[in-house]
Amino acid sequence: MSNFFNIDIVNPEQSFLSKDNVFEVVIPAVEGEIGILKDHIPIISFLKPGIIRVFSESEEQSFYVEDGIVEFKDNTLSVLTSSIFDLKDADKNFVSESISSAEAELSNDNIDDQKRFLLNHKVEVLKSISIN
Amino acid sequence: MPSLDDLRKRITSVKSTQKITKAMKMVAAAKLRKAQENAEKGRPYSEKMNNVILNLSKSITDKENAPKLLVGTGEEKVHLCIVLTADRGLCGGFNTNIIKKAKSYFEKIISENKTLKIITVGSKGYDQLKRQYKSYIVENISFKESKNINYFDADKVGKIIIEKFEKNEFDVCAIFYNKFKNVITQIPQEQQIVPLNEDKDDKDDSGNDNDYEFEPDEDEILSNLLPKNISTQIFKAMLENSASEQGSRMTAMDNATRNAGELVDRLTIEYNRSRQAAITKELIEIISGAESL
Repeated sequence: MSNFFNIDIVNPEQSFLSKDNVFEVVIPAVEGEIGILKDHIPIISFLKPGIIRVFSESEEQSFYVEDGIVEFKDNTLSVLTSSIFDLKDADKNFVSESISSAEAELSNDNIDDQKRFLLNHKVEVLKSISIN
Repeated sequence: MPSLDDLRKRITSVKSTQKITKAMKMVAAAKLRKAQENAEKGRPYSEKMNNVILNLSKSITDKENAPKLLVGTGEEKVHLCIVLTADRGLCGGFNTNIIKKAKSYFEKIISENKTLKIITVGSKGYDQLKRQYKSYIVENISFKESKNINYFDADKVGKIIIEKFEKNEFDVCAIFYNKFKNVITQIPQEQQIVPLNEDKDDKDDSGNDNDYEFEPDEDEILSNLLPKNISTQIFKAMLENSASEQGSRMTAMDNATRNAGELVDRLTIEYNRSRQAAITKELIEIISGAESL
């Protein structure tokens, strides 16, 4: 029996990625990264800014996401997100713009702790992208 | 009886109008294809979103403390209506149909002595509603500048709704838009988005209860998800609307082109007749002049 399952990444405009030969996906859920293998129990969670890694038979892909919802059910992983891009076609300008806008928001004093945490995290991830 | 010159002028004028309507029809047809594609591409997202929310709401046992966006505020006094229309005219009954549907809803609300608030999206809706319902319109949004429908715009509308909800400015929220069925038929729709109406899905699969694992807990996911769902619903409505708009314009322009063709035919016959009449008259004059000599 194969160890493969399906993944569907959709954003509001279109279906972003659809594959049926992945054996592991690592998603940045709010409470920590989750690695998903075949026959994982049904789970619903949402994402924090981070990198989704999709391991399929032939290749490994990485995507940056800002937020979204994941659902795993019947060996299909659905990722709903409004902001996603492939790390390979990351746009340097866009990344640095996002960093500076996030930093500008961070300098604002009246944001709550959770938001501050998310923004800090976002800056961290984006910086790690721009280094590579 | 119009003179020959007048007739000739009218024929050229109708012909050039026909050219314009024909061109508009072709542009609408091309845009329609794209809009339809977009609407189709956007469907999986809203469907999945609905599914997740359905699964979540089923597993919520404590209805009292559930997020208000899902179950409502418990009152139905203030109604917020989002009317989505096009920014341009010349598209048949497209805008009028939405407005008609919305107006009958407004009348119902007003006759029940409830408070009505209106947000119009798209300038045509605002133009048509401001005469009668000016005092109820709280906001008027238009995305004339953005070329394509994008999620970012829908999110802006969504955020406005959420903000108003958090300030307790309304209890029930409904959106009005045209659902695209096919090129000829567009159905004006009224859809309630706050609180979420889900009774029709309930009976479908009441038997299957999935034991999901939630991380973090259901409430937190729901409160994160529901605002997103509003934006998604608006985005879906906007996509449907843009496909409908192009379809409606295409049919309207097709009809106009055909009417112009008929008009040209009629005018040409009239022109030929009166030209012939003038020639005959001249001939008679010449002949009778020659005979009298």
